[in-house]
Amino acid sequence: MAQKVKVAVKGLYKIFGPHPKKAMSLLKQGLDKAEIFEKTETTIGVQDASFEIYTGEVFVIMGLSGSGKSTMVRMLNRLIEPTAGQVMIDGEDIISMNNDQLVKMRRKKMSMVFQSFALMPHMTVLQNAAFGLEMDGIDKPTREARALQALAQVGLEAYAASMPNELSGGMQQRVGLARGLAVDPDILLMDEAFSALDPLIRTEMQDELLKLQAKAKRTIVFISHDLDEAMRIGDRIAIMEGGSVVQVGTPEEILQNPVDDYVRAFFRGVDPTNILTAGDIASDTQVTIVITEGQSPRAALQRLIKNDRDFGYVIDSNRRFQGIVSTDSLREIIDLPEQPQLITKAYIKGIVPAHAGDSMQDILPEVVSHPWALPILDDEGAYLGAVSKNLFLRTLQRSDPEEVTDVTA
Amino acid sequence: MRIFNFDDQFIPLDEWIQTGVDWLVLNYREFFQVIKVPVEVSLESLEWLFSTLPPFVIILLFAIAAWRYVGKRMAVFTVLSFLLVGYLGLWEETMTTLAMVICSVAFCAIVGIPLGILAGRSDRFEMLLRPFLDAMQTTPAFVYLIPVVMLFSIGTVSGILATIVFALPPIIRLTNLGIRQVHPELIEAALAFGATPWQVLRKVQLPLAMPSVMAGLNQTIMMALSMVVIAALIGAGGLGNPVVQGLNTLEIGLATIGGLSIVLLAMVLDRITQGIAHK
Repeated sequence: MAQKVKVAVKGLYKIFGPHPKKAMSLLKQGLDKAEIFEKTETTIGVQDASFEIYTGEVFVIMGLSGSGKSTMVRMLNRLIEPTAGQVMIDGEDIISMNNDQLVKMRRKKMSMVFQSFALMPHMTVLQNAAFGLEMDGIDKPTREARALQALAQVGLEAYAASMPNELSGGMQQRVGLARGLAVDPDILLMDEAFSALDPLIRTEMQDELLKLQAKAKRTIVFISHDLDEAMRIGDRIAIMEGGSVVQVGTPEEILQNPVDDYVRAFFRGVDPTNILTAGDIASDTQVTIVITEGQSPRAALQRLIKNDRDFGYVIDSNRRFQGIVSTDSLREIIDLPEQPQLITKAYIKGIVPAHAGDSMQDILPEVVSHPWALPILDDEGAYLGAVSKNLFLRTLQRSDPEEVTDVTA
Repeated sequence: MRIFNFDDQFIPLDEWIQTGVDWLVLNYREFFQVIKVPVEVSLESLEWLFSTLPPFVIILLFAIAAWRYVGKRMAVFTVLSFLLVGYLGLWEETMTTLAMVICSVAFCAIVGIPLGILAGRSDRFEMLLRPFLDAMQTTPAFVYLIPVVMLFSIGTVSGILATIVFALPPIIRLTNLGIRQVHPELIEAALAFGATPWQVLRKVQLPLAMPSVMAGLNQTIMMALSMVVIAALIGAGGLGNPVVQGLNTLEIGLATIGGLSIVLLAMVLDRITQGIAHK
């Protein structure tokens, strides 16, 4: 899939402290963070970060506290001035922008949602939602109409005249989100936006965000330390450790191929059955039988015997799934006197194929309750592959080597 | 050891200052007479206003303000205080003092709030300003009273200038504090939405610093009132006059009613301005 790059970060550094230049040269000599701090009292915030964010995706930057993720997001709108490197937004280098260009870019292109909400306590909910537009010099009736629309998107238009401190935390963050949406930005930066909310409200807000995202695709850069959150909302995830970006990929990619122990440790507590889908693990190693005029039960049986398989997956010429046959069901048909012998008569009853988007959790009952591997179909009903008990357990084992050992069933 | 020989004066700073002030008075008196004009004009207009308005109207205006910003009981207290001051025979003096206080506080606000804002936004400027503020608050007024009189001559305007020196620091300090107390996240949020430094000041920092600025204004008023007696020493008139006169002639009663009137006026102004600050 060809993706359009919205934000490109190249070799980005942020060094805090009295001697950034000295620290940079020590870094180039290969000294590590602790050594540099000892020598120069200078802290490396972000170190040689490079990645691309595509248009319309939710890009999660994840890491523990101190990993540099908050610094990273603030360099994207230059609330923090990078020490070295490039941030290109729509092909424009924002590091070389002067103050006027920067202010314009912040007003038109991006907005931000904060962990602490950061609502103006002296303004009403409506004025808060209209804040970005007010900075941009939009006249009052227009900006209030647009702010009201944004409040409606998050279900808070009834509270327009309230003051922020009259609202609950979850509602306050909805106002924060409305303030971000009101300026209709290309890019929404969300700095631990839901971390201060209690778990139930947090999930609700994630759903809200996904709902909004389904309606109008924005590029969202979401900072989080919560893996479940990253998995739920992220199209792709960048994992940061000690100021470096250690891995970038889809949640499935990272879960299946963690690049190092740090990343693996992150995922240790994760239940892979919630994240991996049937489509992710389906394997196309079963025998498929294309149903055509000439395909007789006898020929199908021959193929199964030759491949030493008990079950065959019947598809049409468009790979549309038709049914499953077994060596036993085929033999029954062949033994019958009636003609013509049709493969369709040998289909095993009670087969419910699963969809590629179903989670491992969803397909577990079907996988364990039948001797055959569960067929997995894509959205068009085409056969993708199948998931056997063996395959299912092997996936569990690979994701969590400490808990599941010696599964060879 | 010669270094620790303190028997002789080694640095004749006093003489230098003496010479310096004399030189200023001799060469630049005209200049100082000119710069006192704006203070003179505003004070005279205020005094004219308060002496022309009938006492009934003034009492009514203060009572309404007290009612609106504090409450019914404060309105009653205000009316009784003004009536008492009038019956004590000090109405005219009270109006002069009121004019002086309002005038000096206005100048303190005009100078102090911008300085406080600058200090709030720049650590270096704050550091530079602090010793001056300390000096203004702690130097005994008598030290600068004489040079002020030498440069601006005796009278109400000199009294006001001395009052400004003494009453200016609190509004600067509290404006500075108010600006610094604004949560950095709010500033960050404003910047993230493309606010210019000027917009950050006007839309975020100033409105949020307002309660603190008002507290500073209140303190400035109280300090201005406490200067009334000292200002009377250099002929500023007002409620300080009966006190000074009473002290000179040992008329304890006269001094006391002057002092009582100052206290009553202070209480009325304090409660009303605090009421405004909390609204």
